[in-house]
Order: sequence, then structure tokens, then C-alpha cells
Amino acid sequence: MEQKTYKTVGKSFRKKDSMQLLTGKPVYVDDVTPQNALVVKILRSPHANAIVEEIRTDVAKKVPGVVDIYTWQDVPQTRFAIAGQTYPEPSPYDRLIIDRHVRFVGDVVAIIAAETEKAARKAMKLIKVSYEVLEAVLDFRTAKDNPILVHPEEDWFPPCPVGGDNKRNMVASETSSYGDVDGVMADCDIVLDRTYHTKAFNQAMMEPFICYTELDRYGRLHVVSSTQIVFHTRRILSRALGIPKSRIRVEKPRIGGGFGAKQTAVCDVYPAFVTMKTGRPAKINYTREEAQIAGSPRHEMEIRVRLGASKEGKIRVMDLYTLSNTGAYGEHGPTTVGLSGHKSIPLYTGSLEAHRFSYDVVYTNLQAAGAYRGYGATQGIFAVESAVNELAEMLSMDPTALRDKNMVKEGMMMPAYYGESANACALDRCMEHCRRMFHWEERYPVRDMGNGKVRCAGVAMAMQGSCISNIDVGSATVRLSEDGTYNLIIGAADMGTGCDTILAQMVAECMDCDLDDVAVFGADTDASPYDSGSYASSTTYITGKAVEKACTELKEKICAIAAEMLGCGKDEVVFESTRVRRVATDQTVSLADIAYKTQVGNTQAAQATATHSSPVSPPPYMVGMVEIELDKLTGLVTILDYMAVVDCGIPINPALARIQTEGGIVQGIGHTLMENVTYDHRGKPIESSFMQYKIPTRLDMGHLRVEFEHSCEPSGPFGAKSIGEIVINTPAPAIAHAIYRATGVWHRELPITPEKVAMSLPEKE
Amino acid sequence: MEIKIKLNGRPVAGYVEADTILLDFLREKGCFSVKRGCDTSNCGLCTVLLDGKPILSCSTLAVRADGHEIYTLEGLQEEAADFVGFIADQGADQCGFCNPGFVMNTIALLRENPDPTDDEIRSFLAGNLCRCSGYDGQLRGIRAFLDSRKG
Repeated sequence: MEQKTYKTVGKSFRKKDSMQLLTGKPVYVDDVTPQNALVVKILRSPHANAIVEEIRTDVAKKVPGVVDIYTWQDVPQTRFAIAGQTYPEPSPYDRLIIDRHVRFVGDVVAIIAAETEKAARKAMKLIKVSYEVLEAVLDFRTAKDNPILVHPEEDWFPPCPVGGDNKRNMVASETSSYGDVDGVMADCDIVLDRTYHTKAFNQAMMEPFICYTELDRYGRLHVVSSTQIVFHTRRILSRALGIPKSRIRVEKPRIGGGFGAKQTAVCDVYPAFVTMKTGRPAKINYTREEAQIAGSPRHEMEIRVRLGASKEGKIRVMDLYTLSNTGAYGEHGPTTVGLSGHKSIPLYTGSLEAHRFSYDVVYTNLQAAGAYRGYGATQGIFAVESAVNELAEMLSMDPTALRDKNMVKEGMMMPAYYGESANACALDRCMEHCRRMFHWEERYPVRDMGNGKVRCAGVAMAMQGSCISNIDVGSATVRLSEDGTYNLIIGAADMGTGCDTILAQMVAECMDCDLDDVAVFGADTDASPYDSGSYASSTTYITGKAVEKACTELKEKICAIAAEMLGCGKDEVVFESTRVRRVATDQTVSLADIAYKTQVGNTQAAQATATHSSPVSPPPYMVGMVEIELDKLTGLVTILDYMAVVDCGIPINPALARIQTEGGIVQGIGHTLMENVTYDHRGKPIESSFMQYKIPTRLDMGHLRVEFEHSCEPSGPFGAKSIGEIVINTPAPAIAHAIYRATGVWHRELPITPEKVAMSLPEKE
Repeated sequence: MEIKIKLNGRPVAGYVEADTILLDFLREKGCFSVKRGCDTSNCGLCTVLLDGKPILSCSTLAVRADGHEIYTLEGLQEEAADFVGFIADQGADQCGFCNPGFVMNTIALLRENPDPTDDEIRSFLAGNLCRCSGYDGQLRGIRAFLDSRKG
């Protein structure tokens, strides 16, 4: 494949904020906002389903330092959604700031505003609440049409028709199909029917949810939040508080990780409400426990896969049914579920004759789920890739050879992926490359190490998208400064991923300047051009293209100004990095002189703003292979090597793409082997701290090796697709596969803890 | 009660309550590099040096530091600058929220063991969680720094 060479794009530059972050400079919400703001604390429900019968705050309000305490009687009665999605949101408007009906252990009962943390905590203990405790829906398999309703209210409102019905505990429901599913299934030599179960894994980003609010010098609500979605947060607050958007400004400083958790306005409404009530600065700073029990984790899903194949290993038909648990509120419920089918089935476009995908999304009285890297694709890929591995083992076929026969290849139209074409797809090369690098043939066979331990390998493929097609909007403003340097202003949110830097790399490439000559600012609803925000793997692909367009427009404007200075038409000049040259005479003007000219008697802005959206969402592709050592006595699974080859189009910054991949793989390892989510019989979450919710340490992930196979996406900036989400999708199916190879047992529920492995083994061999 | 500590080389006095946590005291004194990530001594984000030894300031009462010497990353900028650039070169800083605690513990490691093996690095830093990087990039950065020192 022919590939262009670039000066700045495709190179591993340091992130623009690296040294500030690594030397501990104050750049996060809690560092850059006043320390004397009112402390906002939330009294949370001890019950999974209850009505607040009586709540008495009079004694609590007498605690010195307590400014006020708010209950359900004090808040606006307009329902809203806190999902960061483009309006009209697919998520139902099912929340109030405080609802008299509390729907999960951890739901909001009262908001306390106090001068100090200590006063707030003391007051919390003195609030007297009596509850009418109701029976709860705790098993999502029994939620649909259960007589107990999570949202019985009459003002429940879905802004989009997605098949929901609150009187059936349903948030969304749909069936789509292609071809004669039942006919092809009946004609198959082998039909596998398997059900897989994944849990509500927590993003566990290192900085929990935090938000600061104040009234600014114009009396407007100024919000400083750790958020991926400044514009959506402004819209959400506007509806929840009943104030116009022009009265709200939302900005984000550096973000201590998000992974989708901060694509939901989890905590912003509480301090905003306090500031509107008191006129005073307010801050909410979630504890780790609150982030664990009242955050916005992954949707628990149960996925039934029916897969029909010929005995030669041709995968002919797939029928998926996903049951998704959105918990007590519907954020991202109707949309995450779609990816469980739309981003797993198309992996087998190469051979599928027909497919069906149907789903139900249900309410339960458990913590509300939200967006988490992978966004449903992770769950679907665990199911589909596990089923394909089961098929390979059943046919005694090499699972990589089975995939070679069936996978999607470049140029194919994908009926299961919105009818889009795989214009740039190196999945076949990823498989070949990974097989070679991993030494698959040597490592796939089970090797008894003679000490009660066995070594073996597993494999999985993955795909994702590069935006929400026809919906996501990215914008960029590029401005020339007096000395010939540039400002790039964006509304996308760098949450550590490095998008500020890679977008600046694109400016440097387009304007033919040094990366150091591009200053980046983002994101602030008062200053940034509109951007849906950083989610759905869209920033590189969508906002990147907006950057490219803005640079093209800016160059034209610079040339027009220069032409005026050179006394010629703008078609007679060319832009040459630090100057503009009149072709006929070789006269030049420097960029700095042009920039100064723009400040004297000038009527043309030396800046350009461009906006982009895409009718397609080109999938990145990936292959992951894992070697494990399994202790047959204890069930302990040790990851020895994890190797992955990714096709993210052309990586704009290979070092950052690599780190994204490594980080995603390690999160995936955590979900597969150790991160569990369980509740007691009353719906109280057990894993409420890092004591119980074990995320991988640097001793748990073995050796990682990541390489890239380039493809060139014609609709992406510089051929790029996306990288942020796909990387979390391969570990679960690959590791489950390896565990089967070691034990002969398929584990179809995550996580696969040592206990589960040990209990699944025969008593004595 | 009043406590007196030597903070980043300078004497600092302050009034604290019996249950004031060292982490909160340090942030109050402007040491914003000290982060809170968990409350249960699991994440390592709040690591500071007490009399040269790495401790978790979220699990230490401020009064325990009375009469002792505390260093936060604010006071060790030059020592950190020696090696953090190598981590930046890997892109392994990512969101950055775990960086100060991780950098403090790496300083403690390199003071104690100037030429650690990869396994020694992994084991010393095992208590410093990072959710972004997958850890390997941090290790490559430290390794590149150690290699550069050998010339």
C-alpha cells in the first residue's frame, strides 16, 4: 500500500501537557478552583426501592457550618437525562435532581451544603428519614413485565422513539435482520446456541467525579467540571435547573481519566443547584466509594448467540439476542446495546449469509449504567468471539484459520454494519502479523509444565467505530498570531488520551510549521466552537477532519491578505510555510508581516472555524492473542504475554496509539480475571472500594506487545480511523479461550476468577 | 493542636485537628501534587516522602508528621525532571492523575536502588495504580532513563 510521508503526522511527539502532568502541577478541577467553596455532600438511600415518607432536616441544619439542606420538596419537577448525547437524546428523561422515589442503594435523598466537610458529614448523620420500603427488581432477567415498576411515574419521557415503555420496565427494544435467518440456520451442519454474561464493570478512572460551580462576574453559572462533554453538560444543566443556556458556561481543565464515565453528567447538577440556591461557590468531590456505587459503569448484558456453520467451518448465519441492564436510570441504555450486535456480527461479513439482532434494555433497582470504553461492543464481542472459538474447538480447527475463512475484508459491504463498506480494512493482515509475532503455532498447543501448571493460548478479533455517523459534530478554530504561530481552539476534551496534541500535529502538518508553534485550548462552552465532545472514538476522526478543513480555509484567507500586500490576485500567490510568494515575480511576504497586517486596517479575520460530521463510521480492527499459565490446583490464571496488532488507519501519533492499546488491554484483563460486581440480597453493592474492586496492578498484566497494520481510510484526516475504544475488546474472549484450552471448561460469565476456575475443575485427575 | 513540620525543605507550622489527614493538610498548604484516589490505601496517588521514606498520606494523620520532614513532588522538581521526560517520550503520562504518586515512589526506588531490574521496578511500584497506561509505557520510560545514565 502506498503511503504518504508527513513531517509531523505519524510521528511520536510528547503530549503538550506531559511535563505539567508528570511534575504534579495544579491542573485538575480540585487544584484550580477555590478551596473555600461550599462542600456539597449527598445523603444516599440505603434501600434499593423506596419512597421517602418523611424527611426531617431541622436538627441537621443546626450543625454549625451547615448552610442548607435540600430534599425532594425543594427541586424543580422537570425530568431530564444526564447522558452526554446529542439532542434529542435516545436516553429517557427519567431523573429529577432529587426524587421522592429512590431507586437504588446510593440514590440521592438529600443534598447538603456546608462550610466544611466535617460539618456536612455531621449533618448527614442527623437527617431523619423514614422510608416506605418497596420490593425491588434486582435480577435483570426478571425485569421485563415485572409487576414491580422501577419508573411508574406518569411524566417519564423518551425524547426518541426507541421501543421503551416504563410500564414494562423497558428502556428500549428492537429487532433487525438481514437475509433468511431461520432458513439458513435450518440448513447448517452445526448450530451453536450459547449464552454469555458480562458485569457492570467500573471505569475506575483515577480521578473520581468532581465539579465546581460559581456565579461569575456577570452573574452567570460558571461550571468547572471533569467532563468529556462540556456542551452536553450545559444543555443538561439548563433543563435540570430551568435556566437558559446563555446563563451557563461549562469548562474543563485537565481530566484525571474518563473512559466514558465522564460522558455522563454524574455529579454536576448537585453543586450547580446549590450555587443557584445560595449564590455561593460550591464543589462536589465524589469519594471512591461514591464513584463505585453511584457512578456510571458498563451495562451488564446477557447475550445469547445462535451461530450456524458448515462442517468445513463456514460461518453462515448469526442470531444475537442481548438483554441489557441499564439499572435505575436509562443513561446510554438504548444506544450501548446496539453496539453489542452492530460491532460484533460484521466481523464475519466474509461468510455470513444472514443475521438477526434483537435486544431488550430493562430497568432494575441497581446502580444506573452509562458509557464505558467499548460501549456495548465489548460485551457483544466477548459473546461472538467466544462462540466462534467454541466452534473452532468443536470442529478441531485452528481458530485463526477459521477466522481467515470468515472475516470481513477490505472492499466488502457490511450488511450488519449499517450497510457501510469496509473501505480501509487490514484485519486479515492484523491476523497474519499477530500470528507470526506471537508464534501462534508453537504457543497454541497446551503444554503441561510438570508442576501442576499448564500453558496455552487464546485469540480474538475486534472492531469498533470512529464516531456516531450522521450525528457527531466536531469543530475547530485555527487562528494566526502576530509572530506567525497558531492557536487551535477546540470543544473536544482531552482526558489524557492526547487529542490536544494529535490535533495540533494535524495543524502543524497542514500549516507546515513546528508542533511547538501551535497552542491548543479546550474546552469551554464560551470560547470553543461546538463539538459533541470526546466519546464514541470520534475525536481523531471527526474533530481531526474539522482541523484539516479549518487549516485549508485559513490558508486561503492568509493568501488573500498576502495578495493584497503584494498587489496581486489571490490566485497568483502560494502559501509556503513561513511566507507567501507571488509566483510570477518571486516576491514574498513573511507570515509574521501578514499577521501584523491583519491587525491594521484589516477587514478579513486571520482565523477559520470549520465543522465536520460524517455519514460513515469506519471501523478500526484488531487481533489479540494471549498466552496464559493456569495453576490447576488454585485456578490462578497468570497472563504471560499479550500481543495485539491494530488497524486504526494511519496512526497520527504512534506512541500515543500504542499506549491507548496497552491501557485498553490491561483494563480488559481486569474485567476478565478480577473485577467483579456483586450485590447483597437487598441490592447493596459489595465492591464499593478498591479493597474489593481489584483493578490490575503492574504485576497482573504480563508482557504486552503492540504493533500496527496500516490502512488508509479515505474519509479520515490523513487516513486515520480511531483507537480509543476498540482496544478493550479482545482480552475477555481471548483469555476465556485460553482458559478453556487449559481446563476444557468454557467460562461464559465474567469475571473468570481463580475461584470459578478452581471450582470448575474435576475433583481429582 | 499545632504541628511543625519541615515541608519541602522549609519549616511549616499549622493548626490541625486530631483527625486531620496528612493528605488534606498538605493540599491546604498548597501541595496540589498530592492526590486522593481511593481512601483505602490502595492506589498510591497520595505518596509523599516522610523522612525520606515513601508513605501514603491518605492513611497518615497530620499529627504523625509533627517534627518530621515531608517531601512532596513540589519539592523534588529537579530530581523528577531527570527521568520524567523519558516517560513523556513514551506517552505514558496519559491523564496524569497517578503521575505524582508514581513519580514520588520512583524517586524513592531509585534512591534505594539506583540500578533496578524490570522485576524490581514492577514490584516496588506495585502499589501505584494507573488505569490509563497499562503500565508498560511507564516501565519503558524508566528503563530508557536508566539506560541513558549508563551512556
